[in-house]
Amino acid sequence: MDLSAINPVLLVASLMVAATPLLLAAIGELVVERAGVLNLGVEGMMIVGAISGFAIAVETGSPWLGFIGAAVGGAILSLLFVVLTQVALANQVASGLALTLFGLGLSALMGQSYVGIKPPAMGKLDIPVLSDLPVVGPILFSHDLVLYLGIALTGAVWWMLKYSRAGLILRAVGENHDAAHALGYKVIRIRVMAIMFGGACAGLGGAYISLIRVPQWTEGMTAGVGWIALALVVFASWKPWRALLGAYLFGGVTVIQLNLQAAGVAIPVEYLAMSPYVITILVLVILSADKSSAPASLGRTFHASH
Amino acid sequence: MKFTSLLATAAMALGLATGAMAQDKTKVGFVYVGPVGDGGWTYEHNKGRLAVEEHFGDKVETVFVESVPEGPDAERVMTQMALEGADLIFTTSFGYMDPTINVAKKFPKVKFEHATGYKTAPNVSVYSARFYEGRAVQGTIAGRMTKSNVVGYIGSYPIPEVIRGINSAFIHARKVNPDVQFKIVWAYTWFDPAKEADAAKVLIEQGADVILQHTDSTAPQAAAQAAGNVITFGQASDMSEYAPMPRVSSIIDNWAPYYIARTQAVMDGSWATVNTWDGIGAGMVGIGEISDAVPAEVKAEALALKDAIASGSYHPFTGPLKKQDGSDWLAEGETADDGTLAGMNFYVEGIEGDIPN
Repeated sequence: MDLSAINPVLLVASLMVAATPLLLAAIGELVVERAGVLNLGVEGMMIVGAISGFAIAVETGSPWLGFIGAAVGGAILSLLFVVLTQVALANQVASGLALTLFGLGLSALMGQSYVGIKPPAMGKLDIPVLSDLPVVGPILFSHDLVLYLGIALTGAVWWMLKYSRAGLILRAVGENHDAAHALGYKVIRIRVMAIMFGGACAGLGGAYISLIRVPQWTEGMTAGVGWIALALVVFASWKPWRALLGAYLFGGVTVIQLNLQAAGVAIPVEYLAMSPYVITILVLVILSADKSSAPASLGRTFHASH
Repeated sequence: MKFTSLLATAAMALGLATGAMAQDKTKVGFVYVGPVGDGGWTYEHNKGRLAVEEHFGDKVETVFVESVPEGPDAERVMTQMALEGADLIFTTSFGYMDPTINVAKKFPKVKFEHATGYKTAPNVSVYSARFYEGRAVQGTIAGRMTKSNVVGYIGSYPIPEVIRGINSAFIHARKVNPDVQFKIVWAYTWFDPAKEADAAKVLIEQGADVILQHTDSTAPQAAAQAAGNVITFGQASDMSEYAPMPRVSSIIDNWAPYYIARTQAVMDGSWATVNTWDGIGAGMVGIGEISDAVPAEVKAEALALKDAIASGSYHPFTGPLKKQDGSDWLAEGETADDGTLAGMNFYVEGIEGDIPN
C-alpha cells in the first residue's frame, strides 16, 4: 500500500471533471421534474447530445459551437417527448424509456463516420498568478469553462426556483397543475420549456463526456450516466445544491476508488467498485430526512378540461 | 418480404425433408459484447465477419447483434439467431460461456463457437488467441521505455485471460528492468469509455508513464495523449489513429482466417468440435507496427522476442518462475502447460496486490 502516491490536489481536480456530466444532466432533469414532468429519457438525450456536439465540434473545429450544438441536439430530441406526452398525452414513463432507446440507436447511426476521430481540444482556464497557485490553482482555477458553467447553472437554477417569479410559476405548475391552470398560467407551454431546458442540459452533459472527459466518440459511451442523474434528482430531494453535492460525491468516490485500487489499498475491489453508489445514496437519504417531497403533480398528465 | 421468408421456410423444410438437398446459403451469426464501432475487440470480430462475407460472397449470409450484455440476454439473442436458421454462431466474449452451452443443448444441429472460454460440447467449439504472447512483447517495450518505473495496467475482469496478460507483461518488463512496478486497476467492465479514461488518468496521476489496457475502447489512449509523455499499446485492434504517440505498438486480433475456415467446415459438413488456441506463429495474434517513438535498439529487441515466440523457440512462461507468494512454479527451463495457463488464477512473484475474487 502506498497512499502517498495519491495526490489529493489532482484527485479533487479530477473528481470535479468526473462529476460534471452527471451534474449537468441532473440539474436539467431537476427543472423538468419541478415542472411536474418525469422524463426518463435523460440517457437518450445525453448520448444524442454527445454525438451532436462531437460532430459539430469536429466539423467546425470549435468546441464551443460543439457544446451549443449538443444543447440544441438534446433539446430537439426532447421535443419528441413533448409531442408524445404534452400533445398526444401519452404515458410519461413509457415515452421516456422509448426516448432513451431511440436516442441510443439514433446516436449510433449519427456517429458512424466519427469513430476514431479526435475532437478539437477545449481550452482550459488559465489566469496568470491564480492558476499557478499551489493547491488552490489546480482545484479552482485550471478547469475547462464548461465545468464552471455547470456550477453557475446550479446557482442560477437554485436562485430561479427560490426567488424569481418564473420559478414560483414553474413550481406551481409542478405542484398542482389544475390550480396553476385556473390562475391562468399556460401549463403546457411552461412544461414544454422545462422539458427543452432539460434536454439541452442533458445534451451538454453528454457532450462534456465526448468532448472533454474522454474525449472521443464511441457508441454507447454515456454508459448509464443518465440513469444515475435521474436517481440523483430523487435522492437530492429536487434541490439544486444537493444535486451538486450528490454529483461531486459520486464523481469523487468513483475517482477515489480507482486511486485506492492503483495505490494497492487492501480493500476488496468489489466493495470499492460499489462504493460510489452506496455512499451517494446513504448521504443523500440522510440529508433528505426533512420534509421535502416530490412535486405533487410529478408524472401526471395534464389536460385543460379535466 | 413475407413472401421471401415463406420461400426460405419452404426451402428449409424441403432441405430437411430430403436430407440430401444442400441449403442455398450458410447463415452465420455473431454475438458481440460491445458496439462494432468500439475501435477494439468487437471491431476486430466484425472485421472477421466482413471477411467471411467477402470470401464466400453469395454463399453465405451473416447476422450480428452488438452490445449484448453477458448474462440471460445473451441466451435470448443466441436462441433467436438459432430460431432464425443460423447454421453457425460465434459468441465472442468470455461471459457468454454458459449461455452458449445452454443454448447449444437446445439446438443440437446448430454449431456454436465460443471465444476465450473453456467449455466444449459436441456442437460447441472454443477458440482463443494467445494474447499473452503479444503481452510479452509489450512488457519488453514497457520495461525499456518507462522512466518512472511505474507501469499502469487497466484490467477488465479478474479472469484467467486477463491475469495471464498481466503476468506475461510483468515478467518481460522485469526481465529488462528489475525496478519496474505494476499498478493494476480493475474497471469491472469491457467497455465504458468514461470509466476507462478515469482509470487511465488515475494511473497517470500516480506516476505511471506506460499504460497497458485490457479493456476495449480507445479512451485510455486519448487520456494518455492528453497527458503528453505517456505511452500506450493498442488493444485487440491496431488503434493506429493514436500512433506514433501515445500508441507505440499494439496487439491485433486477427480472426478472419479462423472464421473463414470454420464457415467452410460447416459448408463441407466437416465441422467438428475443436479447441483452438493460436498465437503469433499462426497469425491469430499480430503485433502492430512499433512506432518511431521507440528507440531502434528497443524495437529490435522487441521484434527479436516476437520472432522467437513465433518460431516456437521461446515460450513467454519459461522458468525459473515463482508465484506471488514465493512458492515455486516453474523450474529452470520448464515451460507452462496449457492447462495451467487456461486456468491461471495467481500472480507471479513481484506483482503487488491481490486478485479480486
